[in-house]
Amino acid sequence: MLNKYPLWKYLLVLAVLAIGLLYAAPNLYAPDPALQITGESSAQIIDERTLSRVTGALEEAGIEHFGEVIDPGGRNALVRLGDAEQQLIAQARVQRALGDGFIVALNLAPTTPEWLSDLGGQPMKLGLDLSGGVHFKLEVDVDAAMERRQEFYETAIRRALRDERIRGIVGREGDLSVTARLRSEEDRESARTLIADNHPELLLERGGEGESWTITASMTEQMRTEIANYAVSQNLTTLRNRVNELGVSEPLVQRQGQSRIVVELPGIQDTAEAKRILGTVANLEFRLVANLDAPESEKQRFEYRSEDRAGSFEWLERDIIITGERVANAQASFDENGRPNVQISLDGEGGTLMSRATRNNVKRRMGVLFIERKFRTRYELQEDGSEKAVQIPYDERKLLTAPVIQSALGAQFQITGLDSPLEASELALMLRAGALAAPISFVEERTVGPSLGAENIRLGVKSVQFGLALVVLFMILYYRVFGVIAVVALAANLILLVAFMSLIGATLTLPGIAGIVLTVGMAVDANVLIFSRIREELRDGRSPQMAIHSGYDAALSTILDANITTLIVAVILYAVGTGPVKGFAVTLSVGIVTSMFTAIVGTRALVNLYYGGRKVRTLSIGGV
Amino acid sequence: MRVIDFMGWRRIALAISVGFLLLSVASFFTRQLAWGLDFTGGTLVEVHFAETAELARVRAGLEQGGFPGAIVVAFGTDRDVLIRLPQGHTEMAGDAVLKLLRQDATGGVELRRTEFVGPQVGDELREQGGLAMLLALGLITLYIAFRFQLKFAVSAVIALVHDIVITLGFFSLTGLEFDLTVLAAILAVIGYSLNDTIVVYDRIRENFRKLRGLSPMEVVNRSITETLGRTLVTSLTTVLVLVSLAIFGGDMIFGFALALLVGVTVGTYSSIYMASNILLMLGVTKEDLMLPVRDGADQDEFTP
Repeated sequence: MLNKYPLWKYLLVLAVLAIGLLYAAPNLYAPDPALQITGESSAQIIDERTLSRVTGALEEAGIEHFGEVIDPGGRNALVRLGDAEQQLIAQARVQRALGDGFIVALNLAPTTPEWLSDLGGQPMKLGLDLSGGVHFKLEVDVDAAMERRQEFYETAIRRALRDERIRGIVGREGDLSVTARLRSEEDRESARTLIADNHPELLLERGGEGESWTITASMTEQMRTEIANYAVSQNLTTLRNRVNELGVSEPLVQRQGQSRIVVELPGIQDTAEAKRILGTVANLEFRLVANLDAPESEKQRFEYRSEDRAGSFEWLERDIIITGERVANAQASFDENGRPNVQISLDGEGGTLMSRATRNNVKRRMGVLFIERKFRTRYELQEDGSEKAVQIPYDERKLLTAPVIQSALGAQFQITGLDSPLEASELALMLRAGALAAPISFVEERTVGPSLGAENIRLGVKSVQFGLALVVLFMILYYRVFGVIAVVALAANLILLVAFMSLIGATLTLPGIAGIVLTVGMAVDANVLIFSRIREELRDGRSPQMAIHSGYDAALSTILDANITTLIVAVILYAVGTGPVKGFAVTLSVGIVTSMFTAIVGTRALVNLYYGGRKVRTLSIGGV
Repeated sequence: MRVIDFMGWRRIALAISVGFLLLSVASFFTRQLAWGLDFTGGTLVEVHFAETAELARVRAGLEQGGFPGAIVVAFGTDRDVLIRLPQGHTEMAGDAVLKLLRQDATGGVELRRTEFVGPQVGDELREQGGLAMLLALGLITLYIAFRFQLKFAVSAVIALVHDIVITLGFFSLTGLEFDLTVLAAILAVIGYSLNDTIVVYDRIRENFRKLRGLSPMEVVNRSITETLGRTLVTSLTTVLVLVSLAIFGGDMIFGFALALLVGVTVGTYSSIYMASNILLMLGVTKEDLMLPVRDGADQDEFTP
């Protein structure tokens, strides 16, 4: 029994360690505080002139800067700053110098040397609890989207019947259906044909014999899923656009589960502003202004939204022509005479509906309603006598504008006669804000201030250092030379862990650091198992070489069983957990995998190198 | 090596465990758990005052500002203040509180963190957490039943439930806040304690096959004695890093480290005394670990 590894095994261990060192290395380079400058629209190219305005503003403010670069496409530019304290001032100065049209975001620019980043090396991303920033979780109200679609069918069917002069009453029924009550069987049949032609996607069912004849049109389960998916993805797009307006580098907007959206904004300080912009939950309704002689039951009164028209109101028809989800875009612009206007584009169906509604109503006025989701708190008595506050959402509808229809409108039209470019851009903003498929609400928010983030890093590093030192001390005192070998393996394990996490682009969080600390404690377990086994073998009178060999062999299956069960737990944690728990699960599972390599293969290589191939009288493994 | 008669203490160990379990369960019913913000929903604001903060003044200021139910406590130092609002405020409450504090304070007020959790999220988390635990226990049972034998799987899981209940009981009794990171720690305890148990079981399996003529209790005693050194050393290294985490990790990590500390301690105890104890109670024998005999018609049989 000589305990020698073939050369390739030594080389394998060395190669793995070298690769580990290489990819862990980017974490040693502290990032520079930086500003990232992007054009507000994709047409906005950033050139040397823009950059010189940026550097000019920084010099004027006496802020140290270096390493300015524009990316090849001219989409954005990066300016590194000398001092992190001045990052906020620098942002304000540069934003003022560039004016609107540019977004200036705080950034941390990696200082990874080029040869390293060419190899794909990158530092670990820091989670919000370490970098500071805001985490929002928003819920898309899918039921509201369904209700809105139901409303849409109600209006469409009522209008179709009226156009065909079929008399009847149309109303919503349950969550998914619209029912038309008709006066005769013939009416019911022609209504059925009409609805089937217009809306082939609906399920139709006849009902009610004798006095009344009804036809019920229902949305299918599949439509429900589609509507929900559409609502969430449209919200995602809108949120991404709004997040871009906030000027944050590397924001995260991500769907989570059926109806949730997670938004993470690193480095954001003003959370109120962020929430205001993200949380403007709104929709639009386009309705004709009611004729003067219209009966009360067919019209509704709405007040204007803008403050200078406070108190004034209009009567609008109850029928909705289109809602915000049909609005594809709205933009402030100028006509050929230089007067401000707002260009509106609708999707295909919106265009059809709009032209059908407006072609016979030229010279009448059309109102645009802005609908905001608001909450009022109500207190409910619980069974145990305590009061529970319940948030009741309600929709507030206010009139944005009510211009005259000059001609039949289609999918593209404009609102003119606005007083100022400011009014135009505000109206366009409101229209865009209203173009959401379903209301969203905040269900979770976590903000970590920058000072706490820095402190968390400091505390995390300190506890890793201290924990590591204790373990190192204990191992060396208890296992002597073998202890030293285990400690080397432990260090290698940490390097591999960091390298692997950097390579897969995992995010380091505070619980993640806790996971690393725990890994340090548990990684030595494999070595403890092996070393105890070797001691036992020695006690049973085996020769040192024999003891090493059978010690490693006998411990292997135990180590595998123990680690696989822990891995099962870590994977479940990852799958079920959110946020902090996920971060912990990632480091724990990566740590288990890397520790198995270093503790079994790595230490064996060192042991073989030290004791292998020679005659050994005793092993330095502590008291047997 | 002298074999220690661990199982001689089995009745006493069982009594101690049952006592702790009863205490924990009783505490759940009377005191429940101090669910953290993650689970109850509500708003939390942590701020750092430039000067020593007068809690009474902060409280009064918040009361006048429209937050009468606010709980204001010092957090660590006398300049760090933690403010909790019950559920029912909107997500804007955190900002409003911060604004109020900035108006009232003489020096500067620095935002450390805010958290807002809506009521929907909390219920879901509780459900998910419970589900995760059940899932973990289920999969572990399957794995051990596959690698060892069903009796081992059942005993290991009972020992795990024992560890979880006592750790939860500790949090219930002490009234320490139970938040998401503590939940993660408890799931990690499952992994850790199992680790210990598996090592002992592995040795029991080995000794059952290797040693002839010993009673199951003797095999168990011997196996625990042989693995005792390893069990204690590993627990010690883990406890060392956990103590370091608890001391230096800061307030956000303290609950996590403490839950693991309690869990690891209980887990070490249970893998020595409980897991094998239950195994014996289930009547484990050498035959349970023999490789299954192929079905054959020509086996001899005794019949009465």
